[in-house]
Amino acid sequence: MLLVTCPYCGARPEIEFHCGGEAHIARPETPSALSDADWAAYLFERSNPKGVHAERWRHLHGCGRWFNALRNTVSDTFLASYRMGEPRPDVSAPSDTSKAGAR
Amino acid sequence: MPQSHRLPRGGRIDRARPLHFTFNGAAVEAYAGDTVASALLANGVKLAGRSFKYHRPRGILTHGADEPNALLSVDRGPGRVDPNNRATMVEATAGLKVASQNHWPSLEHDVGAVNDWLSPVFVAGFYYKTFMWPRAFWDKFYEPAIRAAAGLGVAPDAADPDRYVHRHAHCDVLVVGAGPAGLAAARAAAQTGARVILADEQAELGGSLLHETTAHIDGKPAAEWLAESRADLAALANVTLLPRTTAFGYYNHNHIVLTERVTDHLADPAPDLPRERLWQVRAKEVVIATGAHERPLAFADNDRPGIMLAESVRVYVNRYGVAPGRRIVFVTSGASAYRAAADAKAAGLDVTLVDVRPDSAIGAERALIAGVRHLTGHTVLGSTGRKSVTGLIVAPVTADGIIGARTTLPCDCAGLSGGWTPSVHLFSQSRGKLSFRTDLDAFVPGSSVQKERSVGACAGTFDLAAILAEGWAGGAAAARSEAARDFAVTPATPVGFKPVRVLRSDADPAKVRAFLDFQNDVTAKDIRLAIREGFESVEHVKRYTTTGMATDQGKTSNMAALGILSEALDRPVPQIGTTTFRPPYTPVTFGAIIGASRDALFDPIRQAPLHDWAAEHGAVFENVALWRRAWYFPQAGEDMHAAVRRECKAVREGVGIFDASTLGKIEVTGPDAAEFLNRIYPNAWLKLEPGKCRYGLMLKEDGFVFDDGVVARIAPDCFHVTTTTGGAPRVLAHMEDYLQTEWPDLKVFATSTTEEWAVIALQGPRARDVLAPLVDDIDLSPEAFPHMAIRTGHIMGIPTRLFRVSFTGEMGFEINVQADHARAVWEALVARGAPFGITPYGTETMHVLRAERGFIIVGQDTDGTVTPDDLGLGGMVSKAKPDFVGKRSLARPDMTLPDRKQLVGLLTEDGRTLLEEGAQIVADTRQPVPMTMLGHVTSSYDSAACGRPVAMALVAGGRARINDTLHVTTPTGFTAARVVPPAFFDPEGKRVNGIAGTNTHA
Ligand SMILES: [Zn+2]
Repeated sequence: MLLVTCPYCGARPEIEFHCGGEAHIARPETPSALSDADWAAYLFERSNPKGVHAERWRHLHGCGRWFNALRNTVSDTFLASYRMGEPRPDVSAPSDTSKAGAR
Repeated sequence: MPQSHRLPRGGRIDRARPLHFTFNGAAVEAYAGDTVASALLANGVKLAGRSFKYHRPRGILTHGADEPNALLSVDRGPGRVDPNNRATMVEATAGLKVASQNHWPSLEHDVGAVNDWLSPVFVAGFYYKTFMWPRAFWDKFYEPAIRAAAGLGVAPDAADPDRYVHRHAHCDVLVVGAGPAGLAAARAAAQTGARVILADEQAELGGSLLHETTAHIDGKPAAEWLAESRADLAALANVTLLPRTTAFGYYNHNHIVLTERVTDHLADPAPDLPRERLWQVRAKEVVIATGAHERPLAFADNDRPGIMLAESVRVYVNRYGVAPGRRIVFVTSGASAYRAAADAKAAGLDVTLVDVRPDSAIGAERALIAGVRHLTGHTVLGSTGRKSVTGLIVAPVTADGIIGARTTLPCDCAGLSGGWTPSVHLFSQSRGKLSFRTDLDAFVPGSSVQKERSVGACAGTFDLAAILAEGWAGGAAAARSEAARDFAVTPATPVGFKPVRVLRSDADPAKVRAFLDFQNDVTAKDIRLAIREGFESVEHVKRYTTTGMATDQGKTSNMAALGILSEALDRPVPQIGTTTFRPPYTPVTFGAIIGASRDALFDPIRQAPLHDWAAEHGAVFENVALWRRAWYFPQAGEDMHAAVRRECKAVREGVGIFDASTLGKIEVTGPDAAEFLNRIYPNAWLKLEPGKCRYGLMLKEDGFVFDDGVVARIAPDCFHVTTTTGGAPRVLAHMEDYLQTEWPDLKVFATSTTEEWAVIALQGPRARDVLAPLVDDIDLSPEAFPHMAIRTGHIMGIPTRLFRVSFTGEMGFEINVQADHARAVWEALVARGAPFGITPYGTETMHVLRAERGFIIVGQDTDGTVTPDDLGLGGMVSKAKPDFVGKRSLARPDMTLPDRKQLVGLLTEDGRTLLEEGAQIVADTRQPVPMTMLGHVTSSYDSAACGRPVAMALVAGGRARINDTLHVTTPTGFTAARVVPPAFFDPEGKRVNGIAGTNTHA
């Protein structure tokens, strides 16, 4: 079970949270101005990266707030949790901050 | 049985505490501290079970969790029968009844042993080859026969009377395994003040030190060092010691799950103790000190009872004071068995040691076995005996592989050692990468992914002094300390072995059955056959031969199989790779996993405020989401059908009363509340006046209906939103998502009020007559309080939000009062309604009444792919609003196709057949199979008001098929049904205004 850090409450077990999929996909200002293809892309197309993924989480059974987090989809390591509206943190640095020392 | 094989002295058993249990009905004498395996051996029992496939007689192979053979059914009393327990892990307990498995009629005489003579049939992949023809035999003959023969133990059929609990724990350092490495690690970590949990699967902490009778650590006998270590740790408040606790799963973010066996070893446990405790531990750091598994050696008939692992012989002698045999032949390819042979000899047993290595390859270990008969450069060609080994057939092998003269070494026990396999299971589960060490012929932990480190034998370190130092350093590092400590150990541990896959033989390889995987009866020959048949991937060979797929997951056998694969394919082992290690490390009971979540605690139960009244008045309940709802109120002699007919008639003709409290309720408040609802719902909200209600469908951004309900505007900045019974949490989550992430500028609060408000639906032509005397500050007249209006005021002096709404098609009210007052109001209404024949009704009647009017249930008449227009409700979607959630999707081309599935009514042409919900619909029953399915029935009820069954259905292009005849599947074929608009009773909806309606279709 993942240990997810809520920026408001701290680290809590995954069962308290709901994952809302990829982050930073803003609802278009004027949906009617979009072509069918562009609207479909907004609705359905996701980057699904192997590596660092910005995703939306809600601390459903806690403070109830939505926030964003960066998770490495290979190792499941969380690199950052940040509040809605804040920019995606720069984590170009190596993502293996959780590496153990020995072996 | 007397303890014929108990040594006169030695061992950690408590000879002052004798006890008895039974094995296949015969009494077994044991001492406290024995396992079932050690006690059976002490009583001279060698035959412990029959093998899975060939029903070969099998004995005890190991002394621990890796045991593949001695799997017993353990009976602790009524309901407490547990199959497939490893005899090596079950503590001898007074009163236990254990029994061997997989034989009939008895262990000694097993008809299934015929499989052994038929073994040429049961080769690798025999499942795939043998049962292919004739095809028709599969269902009737092969599959039932295989199913009956499959499996070892018999699953219990009584409910488990025991209690299991879950516990969550956090620690700085979790140490798994309390052998020398784990003890040193725990002590080093604990010294820093870190919170330490030390878990070990055995009854006693100590691991290999429990049978170490020779070594001295820092000048003290190992047993003394062990006692001191345990006492030190037990005295520390920051250390939790968990014996009998297996860490079986290593999950994400250092979440490790342990199972602690609390009472199985107690003859008379305190009733408040759970049988097992599942520990969910979140550790900052994990030290894995899980040791290593010894490998048997592969030669013909290497599975006879009495043949076991060399170190296991040592354990039985030193730890349990048991002689597994009087005359023991050790066969080894490495050094560690020399210590076992020496200890057996010291215990007064007759010992011979056969080393497959040439004499020149033998090191200092030779000195350990002075006086022992020692054959070097020999191979083993087979064993003699049947239900017990009586001898090993050995012969010398020259440097160029020539096998010399055979000798049979008589014995009643053999100890095999083919080297050691580090137990990397947990490390591998943590997603760490393994690396292969040729010098050890083994995979060891390579690069880590999580915060863990492996120490001791599980990391490939076998020398006791090095193990202790490595454990200490690992424990210190896990606790963020750099403390190091050296340990002086005398004498040095004999280490090192030569990897041997199958012992050299001059017999026809096709006839030699050298077992690798004892539990699944896989031989070296099977692996080679799989390779000849083209299997090269280790994952494929594993599945084709089933090697390593039994409940022991191949702990003793995987490396041998891998080695044979490597040799046969002429590829180094690292290129072959290893199969995936998956949790659980050893079998876990269902009880431990389920914990308290059974029976009444399986799922939370929600009860509405009027639940007790309904129960007192004979309601039958149904589950709706987590709620228990009154389904119908049968009177004496009534079945459900009769009760529902009576309830429906009462509502249509008089007045009915219904607990609608489970409706989801959300209070949406704030200056932007109207704007928010305007964006969330497809219909218009800005102009809705306070005091009025509106029905709203809620869409997701994809344009599909996902909830519905009536919304009332209480005040300009306050809306009372209702949702479906099951939908309240997701609707609130949906609102919060938009409020928090898309429109944080809107000043709106959305608050769940589902449990604040009880809702009493009072429905029927006489509803106003019943209600009026109880309400004095709300004008109930039709002119002042029309359909779809909301008033606030008081009922019996209790504040109420009074809705004039209807889900029945009748004139009616929904009385919202604070949940605490619900029963008083309900009882007053029932009393006032008595002269009008007021009738409580349940959800089934509610369903019939709404279906007669064609009102939908989201989730029953919709399935997540249905638009408002599909439901015939396109008219309520605002054309004027530039945007709302889902609007853009409704304009996608696929969403406007004329052949989309649309909601229609269906009337069976015979006027009698009640369609099945979910039944499929076709246009023409004479078309070839597979037929073109047009849709399915979503709701179907027998309607008293219509005098016939009515149904709703989603049908492709349904509205264009009105008056067509379609065909609906029934359990016996098809029935014809006419397509009609989905409103069967009072289609104009006049009755909600107190005007009698008509039935159009009847
Ligand atoms: Zn939170």
